[in-house]
Amino acid sequence: MSSHGITIVGGGIAAQALCEEVRERDASVPLKMICGEPCLPYDRVRLSEILVSGEEPEALTLRPAEWYEDNAVRLLAGRRVEGIDAGFGRLTLDGGETLAYHRVVLATGSRPLMPPLPGIELPGVIPFRDPAHCEAIRVAAAAGARIAVIGGGLLGLEAAYGVASQGARVSVVHLMDRLMERQLDDGAAELLRPAMEELGVEVLLGRQTERILGGERAEGLRLAGGEELPADLVVVSIGIRAEASLAAAAGIEVDRGIVVDDAMRTSAPGVWAVGECAEHRGTVYGLVAPIREQAAVAARSLLGEEVAYEGSLQWAKLKVMGVDVVSIGVPEGAREAVVADAEAPSYRKLVLAEGRAVGAILLGDTRGSEDLLAAIAAGEEVADPLERLAASAEASAADLPDAAQICNCNGVCKGAIVGAVEDGCATAREVMATTRAGTGCGSCKSTVIELVAALNGGAAEEPAYLCPCRRQTREDLAAVIRERGLEAVSEVAAACGTGRECGQCKPALAYLVSEINANRHREERAARFINDRVHANIQNDGTFSVVPRMYGGVTTPEELRRIADAAERYQVRMVKVTGGQRIDLLGVRKEDLPAIWEDIGMPSGHAYAKAVRTVKTCVGREFCRFGLGASIDLGVRLEKEWEGLHTPAKVKSGVSGCPRNCAEATIKDIGIVAIEGGWQIRVGGAAGSCVREGDLLATVDSADEVVRTATVVLQYYRENAEYKERLYDFVPRVGLEAIRRVVQDPDESAALLERFRIAKAAVSDPWLEREARYHPRQFSDLDGAAAPAETPIDALLGPPPEAVR
Amino acid sequence: MSTATATYVCAAADVPLGEGRAVTVEGRRIAIFNAPTGWYALDHACPHRGGPLADGLVSDSCVTCPLHERRFDLATGEALTGGDGVVAHEVEVRDGEVIVRLMGPGVSAPG
Repeated sequence: MSSHGITIVGGGIAAQALCEEVRERDASVPLKMICGEPCLPYDRVRLSEILVSGEEPEALTLRPAEWYEDNAVRLLAGRRVEGIDAGFGRLTLDGGETLAYHRVVLATGSRPLMPPLPGIELPGVIPFRDPAHCEAIRVAAAAGARIAVIGGGLLGLEAAYGVASQGARVSVVHLMDRLMERQLDDGAAELLRPAMEELGVEVLLGRQTERILGGERAEGLRLAGGEELPADLVVVSIGIRAEASLAAAAGIEVDRGIVVDDAMRTSAPGVWAVGECAEHRGTVYGLVAPIREQAAVAARSLLGEEVAYEGSLQWAKLKVMGVDVVSIGVPEGAREAVVADAEAPSYRKLVLAEGRAVGAILLGDTRGSEDLLAAIAAGEEVADPLERLAASAEASAADLPDAAQICNCNGVCKGAIVGAVEDGCATAREVMATTRAGTGCGSCKSTVIELVAALNGGAAEEPAYLCPCRRQTREDLAAVIRERGLEAVSEVAAACGTGRECGQCKPALAYLVSEINANRHREERAARFINDRVHANIQNDGTFSVVPRMYGGVTTPEELRRIADAAERYQVRMVKVTGGQRIDLLGVRKEDLPAIWEDIGMPSGHAYAKAVRTVKTCVGREFCRFGLGASIDLGVRLEKEWEGLHTPAKVKSGVSGCPRNCAEATIKDIGIVAIEGGWQIRVGGAAGSCVREGDLLATVDSADEVVRTATVVLQYYRENAEYKERLYDFVPRVGLEAIRRVVQDPDESAALLERFRIAKAAVSDPWLEREARYHPRQFSDLDGAAAPAETPIDALLGPPPEAVR
Repeated sequence: MSTATATYVCAAADVPLGEGRAVTVEGRRIAIFNAPTGWYALDHACPHRGGPLADGLVSDSCVTCPLHERRFDLATGEALTGGDGVVAHEVEVRDGEVIVRLMGPGVSAPG
């Protein structure tokens, strides 16, 4: 334990990683972080994602504000360090204030390289470095601007992808003759082209920008050779330079970056450096993985351990233009094995030097990336590179060495997961909670599940794959849908193959696409179960049942009369009162559905769908002598509030006017019970194949508060549950406490309510499709399909319509 | 060459892409599918409990019965989830017209 504190200058990924590495090893050493940007540390690597997803910059925040409090880290955000006096151990802050330190770590990162081109200073020329640049791109794209990106390296392509996602016309001008020349070879770079073309990105290779044109502001580029390219906004993304000015001014040794030794110490005593600002053995690292390794080394060194950092393998897992790319070590060498498929597209390459694995490129098909990473890190001897490449594609997580990193967001190695299982974690969920693996972007979740299952003898839990044929989880697919802005099931099928094999996951995928797009997706009925194509419940004889909506189970004589007339007119086999307090007309022919809806003149009750069903009520205070609350009013209000929304599985609800609970609210997915002076809100009740009493989530004092809280729960469930996962399974899985935290967090609840409102605004009564069918034969088979006037075939047998049923 | 009778059943536009529709041909109930990979025809009734296969979910290569999720290969009628399969019929689209030739019991096999 050290009694003196550690001060970190910087607020990026390196600073945050260092802070966490120190805290993990020493719970009490005072930690201070001074970050220049006026916000919580965020994940700059994912900057282009907020352009694509349209999320606020806060979505990139690495840790919530409470984390710093909980971990006793003093965060000074929006403060700049303007000088270091290493001799006296003092920092000068903006405004002249000084701050004594015992040990200081420089994690000042880098700044974008702006080439000295004529016109570079014009308005309308920006780097791509922080959320303000995203905003500038968003504004320009919304105004229909043409945008040029200078630089076709990793950062340039990220910027271009973000720009293209805004629907803007974008051209990438690259000096080299292939894209991402530091990470890819010609073959892999070429395979990025179709994805770029699909996104409408023009690529100009081997072009040098000579000047930026324009008087008042940027109007275009002139390229060497005289070619001109009009552009309203120019994004410069040709590279970065270590931000070492603070160190240099303090007399600390600086070359391309702040020079550090194997313990990450600079030339000045008491001063360390990590991340993009540091230069170790002549290399400045710019990728996340090596920087995390440096942070771990620096943390140990700061806490007095003997450590020796020997440099890192350069590797990165990326999404480039929506295509998965893994680049490890050197991209080219004397001996290479390549498996390429231009149609897929996929590209897999292993590079050898002196018989050992030294580099790999995986594009499109990134199976076995952890295995190859481990092999290259260990300098594994490889006799047959093609065979090794094939074996990596088959490798399962269980084959990986303990040092292989599984979760790149949180830097969790396989060894940590093995350790958690040995310490008694029985399920992947517990392992994820303990190690934090899989809790970032979620893309490694299936690997964690697979690994835990293997460690538990293969008999553990069933991974919750949305598409079992392709082993894709809901999280995997949600990430793709968000990043590429997909709006229809067929687009996901084209991008990832989802649902193309057995097809059974199509309804789940259709729900996911609709949920992520807040019901502004492109509806493709072929992906829906028959019930959702014709908005009625298929019965065992192929006929359908019709359940009109009766809010809160309340109806009128006129409605009952219309229902009775319709039941006779369409010779309904049975009229039945349902458990949810409504009326079911059973045995309706598919082709009669539009007419019966018209005659009944009531909205759909969604009894056929994974959606909000009924809100059952007792008569409550209005009639009952024991009634404490106006249960009918509240039930009707909730049902109207939620009507028409699809959910991962059906949602049944109830409101009881007193604890005698005649509406059976304690066994509903969401149940409300009036008590003296307020309402209890229960979630996760069941009375089907199992019986479960709903957990008491909250007691509130007004109907408004019931609607607010219950709607937050509903939307949280809509966004986070697996398809077909009922609330009574979801609540115990995520834990009542987690749900309680969400409803008590004003920001998160407000965000959920806002997304709920947006989704709800886009729903309408599906029974109105009687007037606006998605296809003329939405409700009919082919009997009586008009034969052509001249029949060019050898026979024409039109079946008599009456023979049909 | 098939010796079975070719029967016009509908216009190609009558079946939405990715869905199926039922029709009666020579007294038999047939499901016609407009799958992403092409046109297919199977017996309409699922051999398990008579579920309407034309109302099933269609993937690139198979259809799933809406009642109990039995799955059948669109091209061969083979049962992919166990149990009996269904008869697959020949179907072709000429100038936007869908034409079916029945196969299997009661109809002469292709030559």
